[in-house]
Amino acid sequence: MPGFLVFPSHVALHLLVALLLPPLIPGLIAKVKARMAGRTGPPVLQLYYDLARLARKEAVFSRTTTWVFLAGPVGAVAAGLVASLLVPFGHTPAPVAFEGDVILFAYLFGLARFLTILSALDTGSSFEGMGAAREAAFSALAEPALFLGFAALAKATASLSLTPMLLAQGAAGVRLTGPLILVLAGWAIVYLAENSRIPVDDPNTHLELTMIHEVMVLDHSGRPFALVLYGASLKLVVLGALLVDLVLPATSRPWLDWLLFLGCLGLLSGAVGLVESATARFRMTKVPQFLVAGVLASGFAFLLLLV
Amino acid sequence: MSPDFLIALIMLTNFTLVATSRINKAIQVAVVQGVLLGLMPIAMGLGRHPHILFMVAAAIAVKGWFIPFLLRRALRHVQIHREVDPYIGYTASLLLCAAGTGLSLVLAHSLPLKVGTTPTFLVPAALATLFTGFLVLVSRRKALTQVVGYLVLENGIYLFGLLLVEDMPVLVETGILLDLFVGVFVMGIVINHIRTAFESTDTRHLSELKD
Amino acid sequence: MSLYLLAVLLAAVSGLPGLFLRRRGGGVAAGLMGLAAVLGIAAALRVLAGGAAGRLGLPAAPLGSPGLLVLDPIAAWFLLPVLLLSACGAMFGLGYWGERPGARLLRLVYGALAAFLALLVAAAHPLVFLLGWEGMAIAAFLLVMAEDRKAETRRAGWIYLVATHTGTLCLFAAFGVLSAQGAGAFAALPRGFAASGSGTAVFVLCLLAFGFKAGVMPLHVWLPPAHAAAPSHVSALMSGVLIKMGILGLVRLLSWIPDPPLWWGALLLGLGALSGVLGVAFALGQHDLKRLLAYHSIENIGIILLGLGLGTMGKSLGHPILQALGFAGALLHVLNHSLFKGLLFLSAGSVAHATGTRDLDRLGGLGHRMPWTSAAFLAGAWAICGLPPLNGFVSEWFLYLGSFRALALSRWPWSVGVLAALALIGALALACFAKAFGAVFLGMARTRAAEDIHESPRSMLVPMGVLVLACALIGLAPALVAPALDRVVAALGSPAVAGLPALSGLASLPLLSALALGLLGLALLLGLWLRPRRRDAALPTWDCGYAVPSARMQYTASSFADGPVTGLRWALLPRIHEARVRGLFPGATRYESHVPDPVLDRAADPALRLSARGLSLLRFVQGGHLPVYLLYVLLTLLTLLVWMVV
Repeated sequence: MPGFLVFPSHVALHLLVALLLPPLIPGLIAKVKARMAGRTGPPVLQLYYDLARLARKEAVFSRTTTWVFLAGPVGAVAAGLVASLLVPFGHTPAPVAFEGDVILFAYLFGLARFLTILSALDTGSSFEGMGAAREAAFSALAEPALFLGFAALAKATASLSLTPMLLAQGAAGVRLTGPLILVLAGWAIVYLAENSRIPVDDPNTHLELTMIHEVMVLDHSGRPFALVLYGASLKLVVLGALLVDLVLPATSRPWLDWLLFLGCLGLLSGAVGLVESATARFRMTKVPQFLVAGVLASGFAFLLLLV
Repeated sequence: MSPDFLIALIMLTNFTLVATSRINKAIQVAVVQGVLLGLMPIAMGLGRHPHILFMVAAAIAVKGWFIPFLLRRALRHVQIHREVDPYIGYTASLLLCAAGTGLSLVLAHSLPLKVGTTPTFLVPAALATLFTGFLVLVSRRKALTQVVGYLVLENGIYLFGLLLVEDMPVLVETGILLDLFVGVFVMGIVINHIRTAFESTDTRHLSELKD
Repeated sequence: MSLYLLAVLLAAVSGLPGLFLRRRGGGVAAGLMGLAAVLGIAAALRVLAGGAAGRLGLPAAPLGSPGLLVLDPIAAWFLLPVLLLSACGAMFGLGYWGERPGARLLRLVYGALAAFLALLVAAAHPLVFLLGWEGMAIAAFLLVMAEDRKAETRRAGWIYLVATHTGTLCLFAAFGVLSAQGAGAFAALPRGFAASGSGTAVFVLCLLAFGFKAGVMPLHVWLPPAHAAAPSHVSALMSGVLIKMGILGLVRLLSWIPDPPLWWGALLLGLGALSGVLGVAFALGQHDLKRLLAYHSIENIGIILLGLGLGTMGKSLGHPILQALGFAGALLHVLNHSLFKGLLFLSAGSVAHATGTRDLDRLGGLGHRMPWTSAAFLAGAWAICGLPPLNGFVSEWFLYLGSFRALALSRWPWSVGVLAALALIGALALACFAKAFGAVFLGMARTRAAEDIHESPRSMLVPMGVLVLACALIGLAPALVAPALDRVVAALGSPAVAGLPALSGLASLPLLSALALGLLGLALLLGLWLRPRRRDAALPTWDCGYAVPSARMQYTASSFADGPVTGLRWALLPRIHEARVRGLFPGATRYESHVPDPVLDRAADPALRLSARGLSLLRFVQGGHLPVYLLYVLLTLLTLLVWMVV
């Protein structure tokens, strides 16, 4: 399928959503967690205020770091934005779709991860090195889960582009229900792992023994830190779009599609908040087992499709 | 000057080489054999190609002058004039050489080679020279004599090569180049090293290098 | 064709002037090699752009087949990395090796190696192929033994020699079987040959021979020691080009077989997955920078074999698109790997030259004093992990596309294995290179050796820059190389492949380029926004309030890799010596971990020792008497003569 740009208005809306929506999601999650704990919690738009404040602040750079230190935040945001072009938001096709864009999608996040790890190692600190080591090890388990899910969808829909793969729900004659749930389960585990949510990682802790992602960005400040936070929220939105698109039913009108998408994204954030409130963080040795469970779920989804 | 005449002379030189104990004489025999071999193509009637004439001149120059020159220079350095106490005695070597010539005559008759315009005794002579060279290599102690043996071996191979000289002179010329290579390499380097390492050119000492 | 021959000649003699010149020998050698590269690459590009293949043959056909040298698209494609890397290495050697004792011999043999390699790629006759093969093996052996004062180098050289000659013996046998069948080598073989017994024998023998050369697991035992021991520009040439000659052999074999059986492709896929995963797993456990890079070469050979396997499966199943994607991925990865592996070895050489050590746990913080080397290594690491927008991604892109397409082909999920292997390899390679780059260039210096350093001279930096540019070019504009790939794949695949649409469209290459450029543009914009302003302070690392961390508190390379190594310890079998920390106020203790090569240390060494004990019973044959040896030769000759007659 050649690449094409459809309906310029949809493209503009897609870009707008991709640029402006992300900081809302962590705010929603934090609000849900606060409510569950009986607190009022920060306002939902808190991250927007934080980003604006950070953009005005001076940055402090460690003497040990080189230009690689800045490559982490830059890479995370740049890769995230390009990846957002490939994912359909709701039932409107993505601005860029071509055969095999799933691979580019996965590897863009790999690039972001590589640069983040390097910027963590650049500080010469043992905590950040530890976080980087854990991130490198755990992503080796999370990647196959993602790929096996893509393989299952590719087999089911006989196509290789994200847009047709994810939006097959609306199309008739595609039997997906059993394997679909397994893929969802696998990808949900990947979602929690990649976005450093409980039970894999605690975004609010500052105990060095329990951090993965949080510890990698300890030394960032000012504008780089703003990019780090924005990149993290962008990842939440883009990976969340993957999950949401699988279950979204198709409607007849485009504006209804958009509303449904945004609503489901909000529901997803709520679900994440609930999970984070209800469970505790796993012991670090259990995290690999958790990820392997995700791989098995996706793997079984693929096997079921062969029968 | 028919080729068969030359071949008979070559076989005679084989016998002479095997029987002599003086190194200078061995070198002279090698010279004679080299010149005879160099003249073979002309005797075989291929003198009309200028290419072949050039090859003849090169062969005579290398085998007849250059290699013996190097050998005599090495001889002067080393100051050894006699082969003493070879592994196989002179009488025995002569008998073996004769046996070898006989064997080559028998073998050459049964080899599946193309029968063309080549002289009838070329292949047996080649095999016999080969065998003689080997014999000298195996039975003599002094490094210089062994080099002469190697040269005679090379001559045997060259004789074989003459079978193809009309079709592929390049291949035969490469044989001459190999002679040159041996001359420079073996004599220049190896003998010198043996001498400096063991203060003699008796190759018995080479066994000390065994692992 | 004449350009090509001139290039070969220039490369061969590039070391000769250095024998006579006192000081400028290195510069002359590099200049001649560079000229050879320019001429040869021009010749290769002309053939790849659609020109006629050049031929050179002897007028009479005494050797059994017409052509001696044929510069066809396959030869032209493999010629590109040969010459480019030789030229870069020769220039690198100027600053790296300088005029140390042995430099003249090194340059001479280096030129000879480049010439033999260039001869080998275009060989169209078994004898010429074997000549190039042996010449390459022996020249490489001499180069590996350049620093033969060290025992470790001597051992590496011997292992290499034994391995390569075992492979050569298998190659002799394979050519023997081919000619015994009456099949003229280096021409298309008849249908049905591949499925016959002799076809199987030829395939297995060729796999052994080319597997030894390419470093396929478990025949890879010579690779890590040889690459670590050789001078860095030689390692770059070996890793970038020498092992690809094994792939060349396999490619030539596959181009002669119109109907490979299914199990051929499956075997190639299996070996590829094994080499890829185990290669990168072993690389994770290494603490010597060049051994790490050597194991990564094994991994990338695994990826190339995966591509060849995909293409062969496509040929067996009659699926042209799978063939095109698989072969294109494999061939492009050949070129890409030589580019970025050469780059990595050259920068590792730069590091070794500056600090005198290759041990990851003694380096650190080199990025401050050696910014260009650090940037070059980063570019190489970026490319080898297959991350966009550099060239490693493009070749893996082809392989992923091919294996995704193959999902729909049959009920057997074999291509999921390929997918999983590729994903696993990618993730582990990312971890490994994060470790390597981080341990060497980032953070603070761990020992004195890593502190008193300066950047390498320009003669060492320029070749690295050239390779970085090449990687970036292929990564950002893959549509430029796609037409050449089309031509080479057409020579390799079945006739149906030639009728397919161009690779650019099949793999959406222009769109990839557009996205890659967009990524770069975004990154630049964001980088500008982040530009440090004058009033930004520079302080020690905050690190959650732990004041003034010392260099010894940094994560070391072994600690970084500890997670995956422990997870994979059933395959890696690491040797760990540690005294556990006990009590409330423990004293000093030590920890040492080492991942030796299991095939070499646990399988090959003991087996060879056992056989040596048995064979030493035959020791008496080797009496040490020269005449006796000559007698053996004579007796053999007589026996053969008599046997021929009787």
